[in-house]
This record gives sequence, C-alpha cells and structure tokens, in this order.
Amino acid sequence: MKKSYFGEFGGQFVPELLMPPLIELEEAYEQIVGSTEFKEEFNNILKDYVGRPTPLTFCKNLSKELGFNLWLKREDLAHTGAHKINNTIGQALLTKYMGKKNLVAETGAGQHGVATATAAALLGLKCIVFMGAKDVKRQAPNVKRMELLGAEVRPVYSSTQTLKDAINEALRYWISHQKDTHYCLGSVVGPHPFPSLVRDFQAVIGKEVKQEFLKKNNKLPDHIIACVGGGSNAMGIFYEFIKHKEVKLTGVEAAGTGTPNCYHSATLNKGSLGILHGTKTYLLQTNEGQILPSHSVAPGLDYPGVGPEHAYLKDTKRAEYKSVNDDQALYAFRLLSEKEGIIPALESSHALAWALSLKNKVPSDYNVVVNLSGRGDKDLNIVFGNIE
Amino acid sequence: MSVNSLEALFIQKRQLGKKCLIPFLPGGYPDKKKFWELLFSMDRCGADIIEIGVPFSDPVADGPVVEKASNICLENNISLSWILDELKSNRDKLNSEIVLMGYCNPFFKYGWEKLAKDAKKAGVSGIIVADLPLEESMDIRTLLTEHHISLIYLIGLNTSLHRMEKYAKVAQGFVYFVSVLGTTGARDNLPKELQDKLIEAKKIFPKPLAIGFGIKSPSQTKEIEQWVDGIVFGSSLIEHIDRYKEVETFFNNWK
Repeated sequence: MKKSYFGEFGGQFVPELLMPPLIELEEAYEQIVGSTEFKEEFNNILKDYVGRPTPLTFCKNLSKELGFNLWLKREDLAHTGAHKINNTIGQALLTKYMGKKNLVAETGAGQHGVATATAAALLGLKCIVFMGAKDVKRQAPNVKRMELLGAEVRPVYSSTQTLKDAINEALRYWISHQKDTHYCLGSVVGPHPFPSLVRDFQAVIGKEVKQEFLKKNNKLPDHIIACVGGGSNAMGIFYEFIKHKEVKLTGVEAAGTGTPNCYHSATLNKGSLGILHGTKTYLLQTNEGQILPSHSVAPGLDYPGVGPEHAYLKDTKRAEYKSVNDDQALYAFRLLSEKEGIIPALESSHALAWALSLKNKVPSDYNVVVNLSGRGDKDLNIVFGNIE
Repeated sequence: MSVNSLEALFIQKRQLGKKCLIPFLPGGYPDKKKFWELLFSMDRCGADIIEIGVPFSDPVADGPVVEKASNICLENNISLSWILDELKSNRDKLNSEIVLMGYCNPFFKYGWEKLAKDAKKAGVSGIIVADLPLEESMDIRTLLTEHHISLIYLIGLNTSLHRMEKYAKVAQGFVYFVSVLGTTGARDNLPKELQDKLIEAKKIFPKPLAIGFGIKSPSQTKEIEQWVDGIVFGSSLIEHIDRYKEVETFFNNWK
C-alpha cells in the first residue's frame, strides 16, 4: 500500500503546482509532528488553552430510559465549542515550525474558520478564510467571530457557493501563495498528507476516551458512535480503537430530509467512487462525474465527499456507516437538551440519534460512547426555524 | 517507436520557424452549435492543436473565466460522451490535432480504458489532466500509450530540477509549461523568473515545450519565444468570443 493511500482510497490528485507544497508538508509531518519538542508544545496548548482532556460524561437519565449505558465524549467543552480546535492548533503550530507566517482555510458553517482564526490569533499568524457566499449569509455570527479574532473572511461566489467551492478557492489561493502560507484544511479529506495529518491531531479524542473509560470501568467500551461529514471527529475517536477489534465503530451520516431523491450528505451510504479535492474516495456525483450539491440540517455534515480512511474502514468492514435524517437528529437534539442539560451540535445529534435507535437491541450492561463533537448554541436559528 | 503525431507537428512547425498555436475551448461552449462553428473557424484560422476542455463542476486549476465557461457547458448538458461522439463524426473535417483537457473525475467515471479507446476512435492525439501529477499518473499513462494517446504533463515555475528530470523520462507529445504560479486567466505581465525557468526546462526536456496560463497577447511572449515551441491561450480566447462572437480577429493577432 502506497503511503499516500488507504487501500485504494486517498492519493494526491492535485495540479503539479501544488505538489511542491504538499511534499514540503509531508516532510514536515514526518520530521516535526513526531518530534518531542513539537509534541510537548502541542500537548501544553491542548491542556492549558483548549482545556483538554475533555470529560467523559455518563448520561444518567437517558441511560435509564434507553436500557443501556450511554456516555458522551465532551468535545463541546473544548475551547471554541467543538473538536475542530485540536486540528487547527496542530496545523497552526506546524506552520510556525515550518517558518510560514500565514494560514488560509475554508469553512462551511464557520466552525473550522473560527477554530483556525483562534489558533492564528494565539500563535501570531495571519489568517484568511474562504467561505461560500451562501454560508456567509446563513452563518453571519461566525463571520463576525472570525473577524473579531483578526481573520479576513472572503466570500466565494462560484458554483453552489458552499463548502466545496470554499475548498476550491482555498486550494487556488494556496497555489499562488504557497511560499509563505500553509493551507489549514479542516477535515480528514483532501490530498495526502492531510487525511493522516488531521487524523493524528484529532486522535487525542480516542486516546482520552480509552484512558478515562478504562479508569472508570476497567475495560473498553463496547461501541463508539460518531457523526461523519468529512469525518474528522469520527476518525479522531475511532483511530485509537481500530486495533481493538472487539469495539464496534459506527459512523453516522446525514440522510437529509429523508424523502426519496432529496439532497443529502450520506456519501458512504449512497455515493460512488470518484476523485475530488485531491483524493480518491466516495462522492455524491452524477454518472458523468459532476459533483452533486449536498444537504443536511447540520451545516458541518454538508459535504459531497468523505475522508478516504473512512472509505477504507467501510470497505474493510472495520467500521459500519449508517445514516439518520434531519428529523431524527432534531429529536435527539431536543432530547439531550431536556434530559441531560446538554445542548448538542446538530452534527453530533446525528450520532446521538443512532445511539437512541439501539434501545431494546442491546443488553443492559452495554456501553456506548457517543462523540459529542460540538455544542449546539450555534444551531438555535436552524432548530427553531425547523420546529416552530 | 515512431514519433507521435503531436511531436511530428512541432518538428514541422519548428522547421518553418513557427510556434504551434494551441487554442483552448471548453466542449460545447458557448452552445452546442456555436462550438462547432468556432472550432472549424479556428481550424481554418491557423490553430495547430485544439484543446477541447471537458467541463467539470470543481475546476481547481482554473480561474473565473474558464470556471464560468465550464459551468455554462454543464448547464447545457455537455458531457465527455457528447464531446467524443461529436468529435467522431466531425474529426475528418478538421486539420488540427485534437487534445482533450480536463480533470480526473469525469475521466475516471467514464473509465480510463474506455476513454483511451473512444478517444482514439474520435481522433484525439493527447490528453491533459489538470489534477494528475506524476505520482498518480503511471498506470493511466501506460493505458493511454497502448492506444497511442499521449498523456501530456504540466510543469510550472515551482517544479524543481529533480522533478523535471523525473517528468522528462515519461513526457509524451509535448510538455505544458504553466507560466504563472496560479490558475488560468489572462495576466498583464508574466513573472520575471519565467525566462530562467524556461531555459532550465528546455535543457532537461527533449520534448517540445508549450506555454500556457496567463497568456493574453503576442507582445507578452516576445522575450521568451526562443525557448518555447507552442503557445496555449484559453481565458483570453473565451473573453474574445464572449465579446465578438468570432475567433478570426483573435487569430489574426497571433499570425
């Protein structure tokens, strides 16, 4: 297996002009990220600035109702309110070690943009964030947050004016500014080494779950569930457990409204093999290979591709991938808020919705960990738009 | 192995002391009927190689002009099959060499092997894939070569000597030198370091060098013309077509 691939998935399908910065990044990944000095500095920032380790919360009330043990990995309590910060701190720090001064990033809902702007502010880097013009309108508070953090937000008016177009524009920008700029990609997608690099920065999630769960229960959990858009929070929590074959791994995709032929984001469930943004993976596309628009009530799941390592885990059957629709996610969103006093992000609500479906299907001593990848305050407009 | 038709054409032009003129037009632009009118017109006006763009929804190597044109083609339901079918029935009316230029995904979805066969039948001499660097290209290159189609590689200002040497070993047809560190689209000035890089490339590549991306007018290429064998123009041609609905006056400029 080539090191840029996971089985037949992955690779570096980019214009030649992007190969030199990718090779430079590969070298930095191999030489810097593993070094003691980098690891120490990264872990210190995670601890003192991001607030890691995040708690592993046992859901007392819901567990009683569901008839099995439900645990939440509380990434919503990380600084900026989601797991995205783990990756942006890692990449921003790597950027400094590489001697570059600027970050460019894409963002869909704005969470990765905010996390990148935050890391840039902390580490004294300049930051430009490309964001689809539609998203700029839909996610106005996040635009303000990024600007407050000192980043420049550039709206993208091409094609569907959403996340995939923001990635196109960030890649284009990187082509012409590669000398002093690092592309801080927000998920386990894109050309090698991004899927591995982002996964490694997110792997802290699964490591903490394992440590804390062992401490509390003296054994491993039975089942880990995480939502999958691009798939960074899922790779982050899965990675440590891949070698523990007895732990079941489930990724949950967004089925959209759930009506026949609706737009959705269930790439692994309904997509086909193709090449987008530098990587060979499952995609939502036409028979002619044109990328289709995606949809989910959760803006962070709204992407027509998926990380190549997830495609590999699916094909090798190490993980299973399910989907839940907008209404099921909205129900889980309300339920967790009411029963446990935790407002989950709509993205994480998809993972939670799948966990709820295990009721009456698993024994009472069954331990399920859901990755609560982010907090839901950002989603109130969407939810109340839908409910009322 | 015999010299392929693209290389032969460059040799022929060089003997005449001329550059290959290589217009780029997205397949089916601005509409299906007008596209063929423009193509025949370019053929008459002195195009040596015509690059037909295969539209893709996410063209990361392209600037706004080509991206917009590409989207118009997609709205007009232009597909790779349409381009190949039409080309098959019109090929013998064209003198120019035909090259396809596009992105991996539409080619991959069509199937590389089927593409190689059907492109051959349609009289295509070469294929340029904007997002297929050396590392990902070897199997595809082998497949295309079996059907006598050249895989034309792109290199640029940031391609190291070491990478150029690797490319030189596998290059076919001609080498496409990207003149700017950026996306397609006409620029007023070409970068200063271009000349030195071209001299370097010329020493390494035994194959002809064509220059593209950013080219707007013949005056821009004066200083570098001794190191290039062909000139590609896309965005500037599309802008001309949008404004004047014809190509003759554009080509007159370049003769």
